[in-house]
Amino acid sequence: MTPLLELDGVEARYGPVTALRGVSLEVGEGEFVAVLGANGAGKTTTLRAVSGTVRRSGDVIFKGAKLPRRPDATARAGIAHVPEGRGTFSELSVWDNLRLGAYTRRGSLKEDAQRVFKYFPRLEERKGQQAGTLSGGEQQMLALGRAIMARPKLVLLDEPSLGLAPLLVTEIFERLAAMKTEEGMAVLVVEQNANLALAHAARAYVLEVGRVVVTGSSEELRANESVRRSYLGY
Amino acid sequence: MRIKLGLELVGFLVLALLIAVVPRWIDDFTAYEFAIVGMYFIALLGLSILTGYSGQISLGHGAFMAIGGYTTAILSVDGIYGHQLRDLWTIPIAGVVAGVAGLLVGVPALRLSGLYLALITFGIAVSFPQLPKRFDHFFGGTTGKVLNLVKPPFGLDTTPNNWLYYLTWGIAFVLLVFAWLFLRGKPGRALQAIRDSELAAASSGVNLATYKTLAFGISAFYAGVAGSLYVISRAYINPDVFPIILSVYLVAALAVGGLNSFVGLIVGAALIYVLQNRADDVTQWLNHLPALDLDPKRPGMPSVIFGAVLILVMVALPTGVGGLLRRIFGPLTSRLYSRS
Amino acid sequence: MLVAAFTWTEFAQQIAAGIREGAIYAGLALAIVIIYRSTRVINFAQGEMATFTTFVAWSLMNHGLSFWTAFPIVLALAFTGGFAIERIVIRPVEDAPVVTIVIVTLGLALLLNGLTSLIWGGGNRQFRGPFSTRTIDVAGVPISVQDIGIVAVSVALVALLGLFFRFTKLGLALRASALNPDSSRLVGVRVGWMLAFGWGLAAMLGAVAGMMVAPVVFLDPNMMQTILLYAFAAAVLGGLDSPIGAVVGGLLLGVTITLLGRYVGFVGQTLKLPVALLLILLLLIVRPGGLFGSVTVRRA
Repeated sequence: MTPLLELDGVEARYGPVTALRGVSLEVGEGEFVAVLGANGAGKTTTLRAVSGTVRRSGDVIFKGAKLPRRPDATARAGIAHVPEGRGTFSELSVWDNLRLGAYTRRGSLKEDAQRVFKYFPRLEERKGQQAGTLSGGEQQMLALGRAIMARPKLVLLDEPSLGLAPLLVTEIFERLAAMKTEEGMAVLVVEQNANLALAHAARAYVLEVGRVVVTGSSEELRANESVRRSYLGY
Repeated sequence: MRIKLGLELVGFLVLALLIAVVPRWIDDFTAYEFAIVGMYFIALLGLSILTGYSGQISLGHGAFMAIGGYTTAILSVDGIYGHQLRDLWTIPIAGVVAGVAGLLVGVPALRLSGLYLALITFGIAVSFPQLPKRFDHFFGGTTGKVLNLVKPPFGLDTTPNNWLYYLTWGIAFVLLVFAWLFLRGKPGRALQAIRDSELAAASSGVNLATYKTLAFGISAFYAGVAGSLYVISRAYINPDVFPIILSVYLVAALAVGGLNSFVGLIVGAALIYVLQNRADDVTQWLNHLPALDLDPKRPGMPSVIFGAVLILVMVALPTGVGGLLRRIFGPLTSRLYSRS
Repeated sequence: MLVAAFTWTEFAQQIAAGIREGAIYAGLALAIVIIYRSTRVINFAQGEMATFTTFVAWSLMNHGLSFWTAFPIVLALAFTGGFAIERIVIRPVEDAPVVTIVIVTLGLALLLNGLTSLIWGGGNRQFRGPFSTRTIDVAGVPISVQDIGIVAVSVALVALLGLFFRFTKLGLALRASALNPDSSRLVGVRVGWMLAFGWGLAAMLGAVAGMMVAPVVFLDPNMMQTILLYAFAAAVLGGLDSPIGAVVGGLLLGVTITLLGRYVGFVGQTLKLPVALLLILLLLIVRPGGLFGSVTVRRA
């Protein structure tokens, strides 16, 4: 079965600094895959390389076709990227943020919005509120909600747990898992909290200094003591 | 570091030599032209400290030149307490008066960022010419004031134009050295830090307000000196001597020459001279270009040409001539780093 | 300092004239703000763009079209022009130092001013506006129909724009592109086109301002220069990134300087602009972002 997303020796640099030195990975349809590793390993850059937010060389294949290297084109292709820092439009209302999420879709927003409110009722309560005044957890929910408004085939998530209380994080991950199943979308998540990520992901890749060093199913990785200690920090 | 310093000192020596020796090879009128270019150079030097270093854009520096010019004119013609001042002595006074005006503008300027400041200073440039017309008994109104023609002092055996040349470039050299010392030292580094990141500069203890205001005052001082020299050279002043467009030319010259580049400043100064003082020759020259039907006598054609050239130059060289040179010659040329 | 004679009737007339002036400043100021918000550029050529399109309107009317027939044509042309200018002239320098971009728009202003002179020649022209110049009686005060018309058109335009920005998808995308271009791209917005669209809208606003003011002053290539300065002042007063600020600032400025010019002898007609700027400068000391603007911390 051809994978939904395939990276083949992708390199990326920020000016003179090479962040990715040939990363290859794949995500199957409806699969939950994690990208793990220490700070600076290149996890965020990997997501950016997919969405085209950073200059990359090497191909990214999505749904069998080469992805263009521009973020607006990848969004239109069916990929939703929730970046580091959530990318919320803080000056706009919650509702406007959601409207923007559905930018690439035509037709009425009502149904799509209903879906989002089903997962995150708190967003409906705060529909008219300015997004910047939401709490951290609510902003994360908004970011996720915005992502699925477009009914993407693949969601790229960058550090969803960052800055959030553990209880909230668990809740968000559970909603995420539910969304994945019900929407039939694949998730590629970057996480520092390896334990949490592996609890939900089917497979994972571990990056170090811009390269994939270990990969396998979650069970394999969790069972492997040395991997856990060297790369996952626990 | 040492090598750089050595190169710069050598550069200064060479420049001093050139200044001293060049008049031997050029005729009298060319000496006059060089002098005028020198005056614009001084003004641009000051402006580059303000814009290139502390990152504040001023579209109103023509007004500071005018302040310097009027100071010189008033002191020379009306004098102080009935005592007419020799033109030479008015130069530093003109600089100081303009400098104080610059400080006064610099204080409220602290509260304005980037383009707000550009607009306000543009407003100053537009408003200033109204003042002489309004307070005409003091400023001489539209007729202005007439000074004595420039004369070499103490009976020095040289032509007035040559004297003007030496006077201007001597002052320019001194001011250049001062600027160099200023920028190498703590103030210069502070300004650079401010330009690159105000937040970082402030948090490392740099007193933003002092340095930014100081930059304004210094740049105005330079402009005032330039304006004073200019009035001395022309021996008269009226509101048309420092028109609104001059402020625009100053910034355009800075942009085309490239911020923070010595060669760029010279190029820019020459550019202003051509535009402001030799416009007719330019239109004549353009007449000789048969290919495009650029008859500069048709109304509006000079503006079209100049505007188009400005756009093309800035699009082709966003960092100006200085930036181009820096790209070609790498870090050898200028120790003045610009991230712009 | 104050002028002796004062009648309430004249005062009301002055206020009306001030509102009319202010409406024009507001339109142009709004154009400036739209461009500033989306591209962080001050379009020094805004006035000349407006003048140029007004001349086009004049030519169209000379060829027999009525004002209201020419109106939408001119708006469409203005939009296309603004759009094209952003893509062709501004895009190449959008990452250049601020000084460079300033010079580019100044160069553009020069170019357009020259082009206008070139194509239509200097000298004044009569521009037959759509409103009659007779006065009607409003609560005992004679007010010109033209003034009312100008204000009405400006208000309608601003209202339409407001609705457009709030309720349409395109308007939302435009707002988003100005606020957060990176996030906008991630949801699929073609930010580049949005910026050009913003310029097109601004050009349209300028065209309307030009066509409204031309019947009042005479149509000549330098028509909009002073008005542009007042529009800058209004935009700064209201806050460069606030559309509401532009409108309020414009009206406030219009009324204030009309009254100042008429009733404060010291100001007269020559010192109107300098005094206006001084007042705004004083305001900016207290509120650096203008009345409605926000002050952003400059980051490295």
